[in-house]
Amino acid sequence: MRYNERELLFLARQPAEKAAEILMRLPKKGSVLKKRLVKLVVNFLFYFRTDEAEPIGALLLEHCRIIKEEENVFSISFVEEPERKYCFECDSEEQCQEWIEALKRASYEFMRRCLIFYRNEIQKMTGKDPLEQYGISEEARFQLGTHKQ
Amino acid sequence: MKLNERSLAFYATCDSPADNAGFLYKRGERHTAYHRRWFVLKGNMLFYFEERESREPVGVIVLEGCTVELCDSAEEFAFAICFSGTKSRTYVLAAESQAAMESWVKSLSRASFDYMRLVVRELEKQLEEMRWGPASGCGGCRQLPGSWKPKPLGPERSPERLPALPAILPKENGCAVWNNVPGADRPPDTSICSGYDSEGNPRPPPLPPRRRASSSEAGSAGVAAAESPSTFCRLHERYGQEVARLRQDWLERRRGPRP
Repeated sequence: MRYNERELLFLARQPAEKAAEILMRLPKKGSVLKKRLVKLVVNFLFYFRTDEAEPIGALLLEHCRIIKEEENVFSISFVEEPERKYCFECDSEEQCQEWIEALKRASYEFMRRCLIFYRNEIQKMTGKDPLEQYGISEEARFQLGTHKQ
Repeated sequence: MKLNERSLAFYATCDSPADNAGFLYKRGERHTAYHRRWFVLKGNMLFYFEERESREPVGVIVLEGCTVELCDSAEEFAFAICFSGTKSRTYVLAAESQAAMESWVKSLSRASFDYMRLVVRELEKQLEEMRWGPASGCGGCRQLPGSWKPKPLGPERSPERLPALPAILPKENGCAVWNNVPGADRPPDTSICSGYDSEGNPRPPPLPPRRRASSSEAGSAGVAAAESPSTFCRLHERYGQEVARLRQDWLERRRGPRP
């Protein structure tokens, strides 16, 4: 699949929501845990070799599951292939929980659900659509329920 | 750089709602011929397929940090997705009608994660203000609900947090994101600013100095949303201040003259 690599590399250099050196294992057979610089920027998780400026790879965090595995360990898997897990071993249980929380909130789809929830709540409380004043109430992405293509 | 392509393809083709979809002509990178492709916009990802029925996208354009502009082109209804940076590519697209072009320009220019985050934060703030009063926000401060006693005035407020969602405005990069409280730097005895009970419990500290967001918005992750120079933020600030002022007036009137 073609993608705009230059822009993605640029994104990887932006200030991160969260970044740390964590042991990471790819879902490939025979993969071992390796120390990586892991960086969360918008809905991408970039991972770098610790001394390199360019990421080895990036995971788009949509339709994924963040699961606590054993102590200090969490995994990321994607709904269409739940057995293929990217594993991360943190330094502490606290760090592990922080990452799980941050990654669960990191998707565009999650934010969309938040927005729809808040919009609905405000509308219930005030009778007014809070997006109207910004002129965006008709935008497809802010609609409650499914929106047409 | 490796991408989780299989998951990307799944995201593109699964039945989660698309923010826009339709045929567009895409100008080639090297050759200037236009190719008709089926485009699907989901979140901040613009996928394109050879055919509408194709199982997998041919490619994807990550839309963080882009601007969308109308185009001077021989092609009718043309517009461009532009990225900053000297060697960045510009994607020239053309719609099949004026209406389609306008619809795409609108949806693409609001497709970034940062934009969505801005809107979410704005609504979150409004909801907090409605439930707790303007100065109670202290969005990033997880311990605040414990240390702040709800005022006995006004509508009954239950101390429950917004249900089913994680803590409001989580910390970013280790810095708590404080709500922008107008009047937070007033002397402590004028505790008329809402959010403080009659015993005058300490107010949230003034806003820490903010880092400037990079001008191409790809970088705004981790910086307080209000840093963005968008009109949206200016509006948000203005409305927030109006609400705070109104509430202050109301509180003053209720208390009567101060000793």
